[in-house]
Amino acid sequence: MGENKPIKINDISKDTEKLTSVAIEDLMPIPGDFEEKRWDELPEDTKNNYVCILDDVCILPIPRPKTKEEEEELVNKFIDGVRKLFTKENNWTFLTMLETTMNHCAKCNTCSESCHLFEASGENEMYRPTYRTEVFRRIYRKYVKKEPLARWRGGDIDLNWRTVARLGELAYRCNICRRCAQTCPIGADNALVAREIRKIFSQEMGIATPELHEQGSMLQLEFGSSTKMNKLVVRDNIDFIDEDFSEETGYEFHTPWDVEGADILLIHNAGEILAWPENIAAFSIIFQAAGLSWTLSSDLAAYDSINYGVFYDDVQFARTALLHAQAAKKLGVKKIVLGECGHAHKALTVIADRVLPEPLKIPRESCFPLLRDIVMSGKIKFDPERNNFPVTLHDPCNVTRLMGIIKPQREIVNKLCPQFREMHPHGPYNYCCGGGSGYAIMSRNNIPEWRFKITGRKKFQQILDAFSDSRGPTIEKYLCAPCSNCKGQMRDLIERYDLLETEKIAYGGLVELIVNAMVDVKPGFIKWEEDY
Amino acid sequence: MSLVVYLITYLAIIVFISAIVKRIVHYLTNPLHVRWEIYPVAHEGKRASYGGGYLEEVDWWQKERKVSVIGELKVMIPEIFLLKAVWENNRSLWFLSYPFHLGLYLTVAFFVLLILGAIGQLSGSPVGSDIPLMNAVGVLTGLAGPLGFALTIIGAFGLIIKRCTDPGLRNYSTVSHFFNLILFLATMAIALIVWLSVDPTFSMARTFVVNLISFNPGPISSPMFLLQVLLMVLTIAYIPLTHMSHFFMKYFLYHDIRWGDEPNINTPKTDEKISVVLNYPVTWSAPHIAGHGKDTWAEVATFNPVANPESGKE
Repeated sequence: MGENKPIKINDISKDTEKLTSVAIEDLMPIPGDFEEKRWDELPEDTKNNYVCILDDVCILPIPRPKTKEEEEELVNKFIDGVRKLFTKENNWTFLTMLETTMNHCAKCNTCSESCHLFEASGENEMYRPTYRTEVFRRIYRKYVKKEPLARWRGGDIDLNWRTVARLGELAYRCNICRRCAQTCPIGADNALVAREIRKIFSQEMGIATPELHEQGSMLQLEFGSSTKMNKLVVRDNIDFIDEDFSEETGYEFHTPWDVEGADILLIHNAGEILAWPENIAAFSIIFQAAGLSWTLSSDLAAYDSINYGVFYDDVQFARTALLHAQAAKKLGVKKIVLGECGHAHKALTVIADRVLPEPLKIPRESCFPLLRDIVMSGKIKFDPERNNFPVTLHDPCNVTRLMGIIKPQREIVNKLCPQFREMHPHGPYNYCCGGGSGYAIMSRNNIPEWRFKITGRKKFQQILDAFSDSRGPTIEKYLCAPCSNCKGQMRDLIERYDLLETEKIAYGGLVELIVNAMVDVKPGFIKWEEDY
Repeated sequence: MSLVVYLITYLAIIVFISAIVKRIVHYLTNPLHVRWEIYPVAHEGKRASYGGGYLEEVDWWQKERKVSVIGELKVMIPEIFLLKAVWENNRSLWFLSYPFHLGLYLTVAFFVLLILGAIGQLSGSPVGSDIPLMNAVGVLTGLAGPLGFALTIIGAFGLIIKRCTDPGLRNYSTVSHFFNLILFLATMAIALIVWLSVDPTFSMARTFVVNLISFNPGPISSPMFLLQVLLMVLTIAYIPLTHMSHFFMKYFLYHDIRWGDEPNINTPKTDEKISVVLNYPVTWSAPHIAGHGKDTWAEVATFNPVANPESGKE
C-alpha cells in the first residue's frame, strides 16, 4: 500500500507542499511484466516559477504569487471568473449544463467507478469525479452565491490562493471523456466542470497550457495551423506526400486544393501531415479511387481541423469554428468532411451546430460513414487477406460516446480485417486513450509519465487484453486508432512500453487499413518498423 | 391549532408548486446552450441499442430524422422505477437507494389514492361503500401507505448509515444530506406510528383531505395525526427547494441535454436564438479576448487577435 491517503474536500486549501501523491504501489495492475519507476521530480525552475502544489505533476503553468497582493489578486480574479461563468451573457454556451450539475448532483458517487483515472490511480480521492466539482460547488455557494448558512448546509471550504491554484491544476486531471456523465443517474456532468474551470483560467485569468493556447489555438489563428505551417508550407508538404506515396504504393494520385464547387471539403488534422503522412496519403488514394469530387482548402485554419478551444476556451473555439465554416462557404462546397480527428469531429459537427450563424451554416459530417459507403460500394477492390493479422479498434470518445458514430468503422474492419477483435468495453462505453482533452500533445516535464501511469493505463490494459491470444513479438498486430490525438497517445504508450519490439504492435488509423487491403495498391502499406 | 395546520398545508402546497414552476421556468428561460449530448441517445430507434445515432449516415441532413418516443420510454421507465443506472454502476448503494425511492413512489401513490378516496367521499361514493372501484381505492390506500412509509424508513436509515460509514460517501455528505434523510425518516416513522395506533384505515387522513379540498377546516383531534400532517407537508414543500428537485428536473437533464441531439437543420427558431446569443456582451478579461474594442460574442468570435497578414501570402 502506498500513499493514497484519504483527502478531505477542504484539504485543497491547506498550507502543505502537495495535496496528494499517487504511489507506484497503488497503481492499477496491468497484465505483463512492465516496470514502473517513481515519479520524476519537477525541474527546479518549474517549481520556482509556477505553483506546483497539487501532486507530482504540473500541467497548468500558474505563475507563483510572490507577494500577499499577488496571492489576493489570484483569488480575486478567480472569483470574478466564477461570477462571469454563471452569467448568461458570458457563458450562454454551457450555463444550463453547469447550473444543473451544480444544483442536482446527489453526491452518490455512482460516477466514481466509471473514471479510468480514478481506477488507474488506485482510487486516489483527488481523481474521484466528484472531488473537483464539490470544491468548486462549495466555492460558488459560499463566496459567489453567498447562500445563507452555505458552509453549514453544503460543507465548508476555505478560499485562498492555494485553493485556486490547486483547483486550476485539478481541472487538468480529467480527460473530459464524460464517461462519468454517462453513468450519472441524474444527468449531472462532472467532466464539464473540469472544462468550465479551465475556461475561468483561460478566459478570465489568461492562464492556459502553452500547448493548447500559445502553441495551439493562437498559432492556428496566426498561421492557419498549430503546426505553424502556412498555406505554402502545407501545400509543399502535401505535394511531397503525393509524390512519395504514389511511388511507394504504385498508385498515382493527386491531392486537389481549393477546387471551387467541389462536393466535399476535407479537413485533416494538420498534425497528420507531419507525424503520420501515410494517413493523408491514404485519404487521397481512397477518395480518388472512389471518384469523389473533393478538395482541401488553403485558407487560414481550413487545412487544420483542430479546434483546441473545445478543451479550454469557448471564444477560441468559436473563432476556429467560424474560420472552418467560412472556408467552406468561400469554396462553395456541398459539405465539410472531417478526417480522422475526434475532437475536430465533435467541435465542428456537434458543438458548432449552435454557434454558426445562419449565413455560415454548412453541412458537416464524419469521414467514417463516407468511408463505410465507399468500402461497401464495390467501387474499390479489396483483398482482406492482406489484413490477415490481429486488429483491434480504439473508439475515440469524441466520435463514439459524444457523437454516436459506432457502426461505420466496425462495418469496415469486419469486412477488411479477418482477425478483428473488440476491446472491452467499446463503442459508447469505451475508455479514453488517455490523451484526451489535450494531453496527447503535452510533453513538458513529467506529463508524458503521468499519461502512461494514470490516464493511459486503462487503455493500455485494454490493448493487451484485446491481443491476449496473440501476445509476443512473433505475431504482427495492428491497433487501429482513428483519431490524431489518440494516435499521439498510442504512439507514446507503444514507445514507453516498447510494444513494437516486444509485442509487434503497430498503430495507425482506419484509412491505412483500407488502403492496405486495396488490390490496386502494392502490398505492405502498413509497416511494423521503428520509423513507421 | 387545527386551522393553523390547514393553513400551513395550503401554504406548503403553494410552496411546492411554486418551487417547481420557478425551477422549470428558470431552466426554460436560460439562453440557448450548445449541444452536449451523450450516447446512447434513447430516441435513436434501433441504433440506440448499440449507442449509435443519425450521424452514422452520409448526408444525414437529407434523411428523415426519426425520434422514437418508445425508445425513450424504454430507457426512462426502468431508470425511474428501477433506478437502473444505480443498479448497473453502484450496486451497493442501490440496495438502500431503491427501497428509499420505491417507498417515496408508494407514498406518492398513497397521496393520490387518498385524494381519489376523498373525491369519492365528496361525491357520495366513499371508500367502504358498495362501489368496487372505491373499495379497491380503500384497499390500495391501506397497502401503499404503510409499505411506502416502511420502505422509506428502511432506505433512509440505510443511507444514513452508508453515508456515515462509507469513506467515499462520507467525504461528500454534508449536513443537508443528513438533515434530508432524518426528515424523511422522522416523517415516515410518525406516519407509520399514526397508522398503527391512531388511523389504521386512513379514514382520518382521508377526512383531512376532504376538508382540504372543500376548504372546510374541520377539527383534528389527534395530536399525533396533527404532527404527521405537519411533518409531511413541510417535507413536501421542502423537496423542490433542494437537490432532490432532480425528481422533475431529470426530465430536462435527459431530454434536453443528454439526448439533445436535434440538429440545426431547417430550424429557423434555433437560428433566431443563435443570433440573440451572439449579440450578448462578453466581459471576459483575458488579453486574447478583451481590450480589442469588441463587445459582443459575434464581434469577439470574428476577431482574430493575432491576425498575420503574411500568413495568407504564398
